[in-house]
Amino acid sequence: MSFFNTIQKYDPQQVIDTIEAMTATDVQRALAAEQLDNCDFMALLSPAAEDFLEEMAQKAHAITLRRFGRTILLYAPLYLSNECHNSCLYCGFSVNNPIPRRTLTLDEIERDARILHDQGFRHILLLTGEAPGKVGNDFIAAAAKRIRPLFSSISIEVYPMETAGYQEMVDAGVDGLTIYQETYDPELYKQLHPSGRKRNYNFRLETPERAGKAGLRRIGIGFLLGLGDFRSEAFFAGLHGRYLMHHYWRTLLSVSFPRLRPAEGGFQPPNPVSDRQFVQLMCAMRLLLHDAGLVLSTRESAELRDNLLPLGITQMSAGSCTAPGGYAEENSATEQFAIDDDRTPAEIAEILQARGYDPVWKDWDGAFLQKETG
Amino acid sequence: MDKLIIAGRSFSSRLMVGTGKFSSNETMVAAMEGSASEIVTVALRRVDVDNPDDSLLTHIDPKRYLLLPNTSGARDAEEAIRLARIARAAGCEPWIKLEVTPDPYYLLPDPIETLKAAEVLVKEGFIVLPYINADPVLAKHLQEVGTATVMPLGSPIGTNKGVRNRDNIAIIIEQAIVPVVVDAGLGAPSHAAEAMEMGADAVLVNTALAVARNPGAMGVAFKKGVEAGREAYLAGLGKQQDKAEASSPLTGFLGK
Repeated sequence: MSFFNTIQKYDPQQVIDTIEAMTATDVQRALAAEQLDNCDFMALLSPAAEDFLEEMAQKAHAITLRRFGRTILLYAPLYLSNECHNSCLYCGFSVNNPIPRRTLTLDEIERDARILHDQGFRHILLLTGEAPGKVGNDFIAAAAKRIRPLFSSISIEVYPMETAGYQEMVDAGVDGLTIYQETYDPELYKQLHPSGRKRNYNFRLETPERAGKAGLRRIGIGFLLGLGDFRSEAFFAGLHGRYLMHHYWRTLLSVSFPRLRPAEGGFQPPNPVSDRQFVQLMCAMRLLLHDAGLVLSTRESAELRDNLLPLGITQMSAGSCTAPGGYAEENSATEQFAIDDDRTPAEIAEILQARGYDPVWKDWDGAFLQKETG
Repeated sequence: MDKLIIAGRSFSSRLMVGTGKFSSNETMVAAMEGSASEIVTVALRRVDVDNPDDSLLTHIDPKRYLLLPNTSGARDAEEAIRLARIARAAGCEPWIKLEVTPDPYYLLPDPIETLKAAEVLVKEGFIVLPYINADPVLAKHLQEVGTATVMPLGSPIGTNKGVRNRDNIAIIIEQAIVPVVVDAGLGAPSHAAEAMEMGADAVLVNTALAVARNPGAMGVAFKKGVEAGREAYLAGLGKQQDKAEASSPLTGFLGK
C-alpha cells in the first residue's frame, strides 16, 4: 500500500468538478471546523472561497502563530550540477536545452558552501538534475560529508532514489528531502515528461515514502504552480501531506508552493496562478495541515514574500542562486530558473525583524544523526 | 513565596520559561525579565553550544538564570542522550530537560524512550527533568530511577488549553517525592494559577509568552498567576461544593 492506492480512488476531473461546485455555505462550514475533512478542504480551494480570503488568512495566521510562533527558518539552495537526462518541458536544465553543463568538484562545492555559511546559513539544500552516471548517490553523499561540518541541517532536492539510496544519504549526514510531484495529474505528468527516468509517475509519487522508511527527518512535497488546475493539484497535495503525516509520523512534513518562473526553453505555464489564488491555496493548506512547514522560495517577488509572511509561511530561502557555482562566480553556468527576490540574506533577516519575525538560522543539529559519536 | 528546591538548588521563582517562538531575542529577554524566572530552557537544536557568540545564548545571563538545555527534536533515547552529553561537554551545567518527542506534530513525549534515557543520564550524573504525559505510573518509574522532577503536560504543547489533564496531574502531585512542574499547554495566567493551586511545585510556560502582543507584560502576568496560585495552595483552599450548606443541617437540633 502506498499513496498511489489512495490517489487512484479519485478521478481528477471529478475532483475539479466537485471543487467548482462548492458554495459559500460549504466555505463557511469549513471555516468553522477545527479540523478539515476532504469536503471542507475542497470548499476552501473552490472559487466560492475567493470571497472569504480575509477570514481564511486570519485563521491561517492564528494557527501558524500558535504552532510556530513569530519565527521564520532561513535556508539556502546549493546547486551541485545542472547535468540532466530528463526532458521536463518547463525546466531550464532539460536535456533538450543547449546550455553549458557543469558539475562542481568537491572543492568548488565547499567554496560555495563556505560563502553560504559565512552569510549565516546553517540549513542548506543541495540540488542536482538527474544524471546518475555523472552525479550519482556517491557524489551527493560525498558532497554532504564534505560540507557537514559547516551546517546543522543538510537537505537534498535531487532525483528520486531507492530506499537504500536514502539510507546512504542519512549516513552521510542528510536529514531532509524535498521532492515535488510537479503535477498529480498522471496524464499531464506524461505530457510534460516525455522521456528520461522521470517519466515514471508512480516511482516519483512514492519517493517521500521511501525516504520516510530510510529515516529522513524532514520531507518536503509540492507541485509546480502553473502546470495543472491548481485547485485539484492542491487537493491532491493536501491528501498526500496528510497521508505522509499519518504513515511517517516521526517525519516532519513541509509543503512548498513553487510557482513556475521564466526558464531556458521558454515554456509558458498553461494554467498560471494569480497572487490571489496563491494566497488562497496557501491559507487552505495551513487550515488543513496545522503543523506542516510551509515554504516560500525566492521565486516570488520581494513585495509578495513580505506580504505572505503572516499567512502561514514558516521557512524561506534567501539570497538564492540556481546555477551551479553561482555563489562564488558571476555567470558560472545557466540557472535552473530566474529568481525574483534578489535581496541578500542579511537584508531578508533585517526585513523579517522589522516585521516582527525572528529569522532562525539553526533549528536542527547534526548530532541527532551522528550515531558513531554516541 | 517559599523557595523551590530542585536537586538541592534553591530558586525564588516557581515559573520556568521557554525560549522558542519569540519574534526576537529582545522580546524573549523582556518575557524572561517580566516573569522573574530563574530557570530558562533552550532547545539544543536551536543553538550552537560550542559558539560563545551564539546569538540566543548571549542573551541569557548565566548569573541570573539557570540555563536548562532541552533535547527537543530527539526521536529516541539514544538521540536525547547524545544531545545531553554534547551540551555538558560544551560546558553547560549537567542539568537537562529531557524531551523525547518522536512525533513532530503534537510533540507528545515518548514514555518508553524517556524512561530509558532518564536511566542512563541519571547514572551519568545529570540532573534530569523529564517532560512526560500526565501518567502517574510513568512519573513513579522516573522518580525511582532518580529524576530531579517530573514535568507532566497540562495539555498538548502550544495549545494554550490549560490544565486538561487535571485528574492525572492531581494523582502525580499527590504521589510525588520530587517537585512536579506542569509543563506545556498553559495559555493564561489563570491556567498557571490553577496548576499551582492544585499543588504543583512550579510551571513552565513558553508559547503563551512568545505569542502575546506584549511578551514582557505577559511574563509579569504569569509571575502573578504563579504566585497567587502558590499562596492560595499554602493558605489552604476551601473545598468546592455544589450548593450552600448550613453548618450542621442534621444535628443542629441537638444544640451546643
